[in-house]
Amino acid sequence: MSRGELPGPAPEDRMQPEGRRNSQGIRIDPETEAEHPPERAVLSALVTHEPGVLAEISGLFSRRQFNIESLTVGPTVDDSLARMTIVIEEPRPGVDQAKKQLEKRIPVISVRELDTDAVQRELVIVKVNGDHPDQVNAITDMYNGQTLDAGPRTVTVELTGNQQKIDDAIDAYRQFGIRELVRTGYAALARGEAPTAQVSQPNQAPTDAQVATEEISDD
Amino acid sequence: MSKRTPVKRTEQDDEEHPSEHTGDGEHPSDRGDSGSPTDEQPSDPGVETGAESVVAGLENAGVEYMFGVTGGAIMPVYDALYEHEQITHITMAHEQGAAHAADAYGIVSGRPGVCMATSGPGATNLVTGIADANMDSDPLVALTGQVPRDFVGNDAFQETDTIGVTKPVTKYNIFSDDETTVGDDIGTAWALANEGRQGPTLVDLPKDVTQAETDSQPAEPSTPDSYDPPTAAEDVMVAAAAETLAAAERPLVLAGGGVIKGEATEELKTVAREHEIPVVTTMPGTGAFPQTDPLSQGIAGMHGTGYANLAISNCDVMLAVGTRFDDRLTGDIATFAPDAEIIHIDIDPAEISKNVEADYPLVGDAGVVMKQLLRAMPGTPPAETWREQCQAWQEEYPLDYEAPEDEPLKPEYIVESFDEVTPDDTIVAAGVGQHQMWAWQYWTFTEPRTWVTSHGLGTMGYAVPAAVGAKLAAPDREVVAFDGDGSFLMTAQELTVAAREDLDITIVVLNNEAVGMVRQWQDGFYGGRHMASEYSWAPQFDKVAEAFGAKGLRAETYEGLDATIQEARGYDGPAVIDAVIDPTENVYPMVPSGGDNARFALNADQLEGL
Ligand SMILES: Cc1ncc(C[n+]2csc(CCOP(=O)(O)OP(=O)(O)O)c2C)c(N)n1
Repeated sequence: MSRGELPGPAPEDRMQPEGRRNSQGIRIDPETEAEHPPERAVLSALVTHEPGVLAEISGLFSRRQFNIESLTVGPTVDDSLARMTIVIEEPRPGVDQAKKQLEKRIPVISVRELDTDAVQRELVIVKVNGDHPDQVNAITDMYNGQTLDAGPRTVTVELTGNQQKIDDAIDAYRQFGIRELVRTGYAALARGEAPTAQVSQPNQAPTDAQVATEEISDD
Repeated sequence: MSKRTPVKRTEQDDEEHPSEHTGDGEHPSDRGDSGSPTDEQPSDPGVETGAESVVAGLENAGVEYMFGVTGGAIMPVYDALYEHEQITHITMAHEQGAAHAADAYGIVSGRPGVCMATSGPGATNLVTGIADANMDSDPLVALTGQVPRDFVGNDAFQETDTIGVTKPVTKYNIFSDDETTVGDDIGTAWALANEGRQGPTLVDLPKDVTQAETDSQPAEPSTPDSYDPPTAAEDVMVAAAAETLAAAERPLVLAGGGVIKGEATEELKTVAREHEIPVVTTMPGTGAFPQTDPLSQGIAGMHGTGYANLAISNCDVMLAVGTRFDDRLTGDIATFAPDAEIIHIDIDPAEISKNVEADYPLVGDAGVVMKQLLRAMPGTPPAETWREQCQAWQEEYPLDYEAPEDEPLKPEYIVESFDEVTPDDTIVAAGVGQHQMWAWQYWTFTEPRTWVTSHGLGTMGYAVPAAVGAKLAAPDREVVAFDGDGSFLMTAQELTVAAREDLDITIVVLNNEAVGMVRQWQDGFYGGRHMASEYSWAPQFDKVAEAFGAKGLRAETYEGLDATIQEARGYDGPAVIDAVIDPTENVYPMVPSGGDNARFALNADQLEGL
């Protein structure tokens, strides 16, 4: 027999609370409450433009098991800063946690979750078999795409748009046989006057200078 | 320098490191000899190389001690230290020991401990200690040598991608690639380790950068402009939280390590005493509230007291301060304080609603926010019945043990015996395992920064190097480390440092001839199959201690135990007691991992029934 045993009433004779929490630590009524469903969120992060930051951020998302759909990064008007656009799919508490974990990293200057009406674009390049060039062209026109390269065996086209449009276009190209394709993932900016993620206070309206340099395009 | 007897520190050394160092950033070099200006001190030449800039950066930060092991890529920095007397370098036996010693120095002093290692294996040996500091938000700065810039990426001798390896376990790290700013990087790393939510930072120092000529004097330590930790919480939220707390019938304070890190123990006492709210502490929060106070409701979590865990399970409003709701504390989230509205004070917004949803998130500095809360309290919670209930639980579920004279020593008895004879401000270090839990349960902690162990990472081998770092941070206080035989075997070589530096510490190996905590789990959950948990042979630890230059003592029976304890304490230098304890002793209460806190087991049968 093992030692170290202690006196006191057994588990079943103790005061027991009535409530429960769900797996996200939220108090619930187990009868009615469902878990939060995953939702798609677009995060824009302004980061210092230096080596290792992309690895730091992608490492953060993978080790904390945030479900990442796409991550793009590129320079901004300010040479010392880069902008990341990160699309994740998580239940609401997960989205909030991802934002806070991002904000916490020292090279991250500011983070903002974009509204669903934000301007979002993805680029895809598709290389299809060139047996039916006219039909390929027709589809490319239909989706406002461009032909980048056409040869006897392959046609390569470029399209931009939102995810739905690109998915549809890819489906349409399938009939010719897609040899290869590449998608960039989303780039996004907040619509209109709303700021994306800025050096200044996240809620502040952008300065005139920022508006002038960081052209906010609307379409 | 090969000596079989410990090298005694000289009088002069002692003068150079006055124990009354104020710890407020003031340079201990102001040691009023002739009051001569710096230009007359030959020991303080200006910066000529990157390495000297590194050392100047450390001096700017008021660093007194560094813990490290030298090697090729870091040699320029070591060389620069040769001339600088403000900083005392403690040469450790192993880099892991350096990191733990620096970590413990940080815990006890409240200011970042600094460790240093060469590239490659030196850096990777630090990683365990850095990860440990990261889990416990301990202020720590690590400096690592790196191969010269032109060699980076070519798999050069002793090249490791230290930045890549340590990114996930540091608050911040930087590859310092410019000799003119390398000293500034040191200041940034130090300031970031120290400010906001504390944590480990690392500066990787390519050898050609530290060797390069530069006269650039580093700036004073400061965090980047974009780093802006919150201080006060939103008033509206504070008011709402105060109203809820004041109306609570079953209020409870859960004090985490953040209360100690945030120097907010006084504010915590005021909140608890003014409003008569019972206080439970987490393991890192131990010492945040005196366990002798009538409102102390003990320690919570897997091996916490029954009365603390029942209070958590049944409270209706929880004021949680500086805690990250670790799973060893919460058990099954579904049953963690399931009736409670939670007011969560934390300096790190990412801790809010990470594991447990905060009904009232109060992001800010623990002390500042508790003061806000105090001002906003519209009254005191009507909680008399609850306090009586808490008291009743304390009587129903005492920590208790029997110690029959004719049986092997009980570890609990040894812990209590030490506690009785040592001063209140004694620092208690521990390794990881059963011995750690007994030290935690049976010591009565009354002051912050007296409980020094590995919480979040659970690193065996922490105790001996931690005792070294703790003693240097608090030379006037007694340091007692409780270690397990398994944990001791991992870092016992650091005794050589304690002997060399003549550190007056006492290490008690609670020797059960097993990695006991694992053995306990095997008994509970693996049908008693003791795979790899029992030692068929182990050295006599008192003899090991003697070989390392420490005093070695044995304790096998109750008779003479007190005398042995006094002998160890009285010995002027490191002493180790090999205490042979009852190998069948287990730790209770126990909430099995992922279990319901309220259903803690008090014995083996209850554990099986869960
Ligand atoms: C570095 C490390 N390796 C393995 C473990 C897993 N582990 C946790 S407790 C424990 C037993 C510790 O044995 P000992 O130090 O003798 O202490 P005891 O439990 O016997 O008091 C082990 C192996 C650990 N926590 N840390």
